[in-house]
Amino acid sequence: MNSPTDGKPVLVSMRGIVKRFGVFTANDHIDLDIRAGEAHALLGENGAGKSTLVKILYGLLEPTSGRIELNGVPVSLESPEAARAAGIGMVFQHFSLFENLTVAENIALVLPADEKLESVAARIEDLTARYGLKLEPYRPVWTLSAGERQRIEIARCLLQDPKLIVLDEPTSVLTPQEADALFSTLNLLRVEGRAILYISHKLDEVRRLCERATVLRGGKVVATCNPREESVRSMAAMMVGTHLVDLRAKPNEADGPARLSVDGLSLASEDLHGVSLKDISFAVRGGEVFGIAGIAGNGQDELFAALSGERLARRAGDVHIDGISVGREGINLRRQYGAAFVPEERNGHAAAPDFSLSENILLSRHATGEVTRGLSIDAAAAKSLARQIIESFDVRMSGDDPAARTLSGGNLQKFLVGREVSRTPCVLVLNQPTWGVDAAAAADIRQRLIDLSRQGAAVLVISQDLDELFEIADRMAVIHHGEVSAARLTREVTREDIGLLMAGERKESLHAH
Amino acid sequence: MTLTMFELVLFTILTAATPLVIAAIGELVTERSGVLNLGVEGMMIAGAACAFAIAIVTGSTALGILAGMGAGMLLSSVFGVLVIFLAANQVATGLALTILGTGLAGLVGSGFIGLKREAALHLHIPFLSDVPLLGKLLFSHDLFVYLGWALVGGVAWFLNTSRSGLVLRAIGENHHSAHALGLPVRRVRFLAVLFGGACAGLAGAYLSLSYTPFWAPGMTAGRGWIALALVVFASWRPLYAFAGALLFGGATVLQLHAQAAALGIPGQLLTAMPYLATIVALVVLSMRRRRGSVAPASLGLSFMPER
Repeated sequence: MNSPTDGKPVLVSMRGIVKRFGVFTANDHIDLDIRAGEAHALLGENGAGKSTLVKILYGLLEPTSGRIELNGVPVSLESPEAARAAGIGMVFQHFSLFENLTVAENIALVLPADEKLESVAARIEDLTARYGLKLEPYRPVWTLSAGERQRIEIARCLLQDPKLIVLDEPTSVLTPQEADALFSTLNLLRVEGRAILYISHKLDEVRRLCERATVLRGGKVVATCNPREESVRSMAAMMVGTHLVDLRAKPNEADGPARLSVDGLSLASEDLHGVSLKDISFAVRGGEVFGIAGIAGNGQDELFAALSGERLARRAGDVHIDGISVGREGINLRRQYGAAFVPEERNGHAAAPDFSLSENILLSRHATGEVTRGLSIDAAAAKSLARQIIESFDVRMSGDDPAARTLSGGNLQKFLVGREVSRTPCVLVLNQPTWGVDAAAAADIRQRLIDLSRQGAAVLVISQDLDELFEIADRMAVIHHGEVSAARLTREVTREDIGLLMAGERKESLHAH
Repeated sequence: MTLTMFELVLFTILTAATPLVIAAIGELVTERSGVLNLGVEGMMIAGAACAFAIAIVTGSTALGILAGMGAGMLLSSVFGVLVIFLAANQVATGLALTILGTGLAGLVGSGFIGLKREAALHLHIPFLSDVPLLGKLLFSHDLFVYLGWALVGGVAWFLNTSRSGLVLRAIGENHHSAHALGLPVRRVRFLAVLFGGACAGLAGAYLSLSYTPFWAPGMTAGRGWIALALVVFASWRPLYAFAGALLFGGATVLQLHAQAAALGIPGQLLTAMPYLATIVALVVLSMRRRRGSVAPASLGLSFMPER
């Protein structure tokens, strides 16, 4: 492997890093070299050990064994302060911001102790001028978009004048346009000689930005490569360890009657920082997969709750299932009409973590009568149903009927999707169905959704993952600030169109392609 | 109502509000750091008992005040170690603290029941204190009242403009983020808990050394609980807490005057009025803020750094 930064001096070197949590080994003898001025990608599936390694590098976790060298000198990074003092800065995946504080206050928290708080404004102006980081100092954080929040994180990081900047999944919450702006900022930083450690599973981005990549799988380094000499497919194969199969999806022109329709749904948020739904209308026809794209926190959770019946709409006619007005009906009645729902949060919302899988069957199936006899539970029926799902969806687990929390994210999600799909519902609503799920399981789940729709069901997928929606959705709309855009055929829109809608550009400014 | 009567009512409102102000400000700082200490009543009554006992034994009001604050801090440090460093449940531990404080106060105070001493000295500035109305209202209180005012101003400044105040608010808002930034979450929380304890003890000392200068079991009469409610009522803002304390002090004093005026309403009902007023105010306020609260987001949650 050749990389343009091969000749440059090694800035940070991690040697033989091991981190164990009890019997579980998250990092198993990992070696990682980061050179000055290079953008280095850290690739891997969820659970491959990326986050653990980065937390060790930033002093948040102590390695069980191994050493870290900075410019060839061993260092001990026992706290984030120590890491920052050593010149390592971090931009977090889930932002470490304070919602009720202003932008300036959030930034002031990292100023050196001898600097006056009043100098924050001047520092912000300076960053805006040098790196194009636009910030409004006196707005509270909870009013800001994900892109703006990330700029605060980056500004905070840059105030420490770091030699190495670590970014953990930085584009997962950004629109394509915001991601472009981020990349130009990162390129400016690299030109200044700073190194970037870029953690992602979006391989296209890695190929654009990085000249070196380290691939982790199961806590071990399995490959080092130059992403520009690799294809997305070959890197994906390194991450997963097997070759991925393409989804089989026939193009679909469903024109049957709507099985799930939403007509003028408006619902004020119950939560201070929540999003209110505003006059939402769309219809999902039998036989199609309908995607709703959008950046997290634009009303997805609120929409899901209104569709599932966890929150009732104001009028019965706001939501229809197979033509029946269900806006004022609860989740059980909606299930009895043939609808099924898979929420985003696996542990705690879709499943009770400490309950066994067969008990979790009861959580959504009790209303439809397959696992109950009068007032009592038919445990044998629940167990055999669980077994069927486990077999047909290839759920890997240990034990006969283990607690839900002992399953990996991907396996639990397969089980939960299986729990609903195996009912062959007429309407299936899913929120972020493959969030945090490994690639193989995600592909499997997507195939099941397509298959279900081709049997005549209406499948609604709310997802932040644009790749996913372009892969499986027949039609697509975008949710932004609680409003849903007009639906378009997926093959007639581009990522740029969707990106603009995700950023809240006015619909009229779009033209068809 | 004559002017002097009016003066007297306003004056007593200020004094009745003082223990509430002091205790509420202490609890406000504790809660802003993310710790919910329900033991205010217990720390307050222990402070009242210890302050009175030491003041009688030594004859010094100043030493009494220090003893009251010390008792509050001692109890709060027990609470702090349990909930901050051992991650005990804050609600249960706080309630237990009230029971412990009440018991200790009974023990310490048992030898002092029925004793009396002079109330703490009131300020008298020639001319200024003699100005009609304002002179009496502003320049003729005892030390505690001015301490209470200074606490309100000082804490408001501390929280809104100082760096340490910003750190404290950030920790109460999101302890994971604060830890990731390297802020000393548990140390700051422990100090905030100690401050809350000192304030509750001081409020107790005011009751037994000035407001009613003797010791009687149960003399705090639920003021610790009112102080807790005041913090919520004030949306965790010091100046609002001061206004709320005046409102409650006003209700307390007015019901006394209403009883004196023999309106034909049962006395018990009038005594209950301030408490009812608190509940009504809390309900009205939370209805106005239906879209969630402005409470510190980490309030009541334990934090243990993973290593």
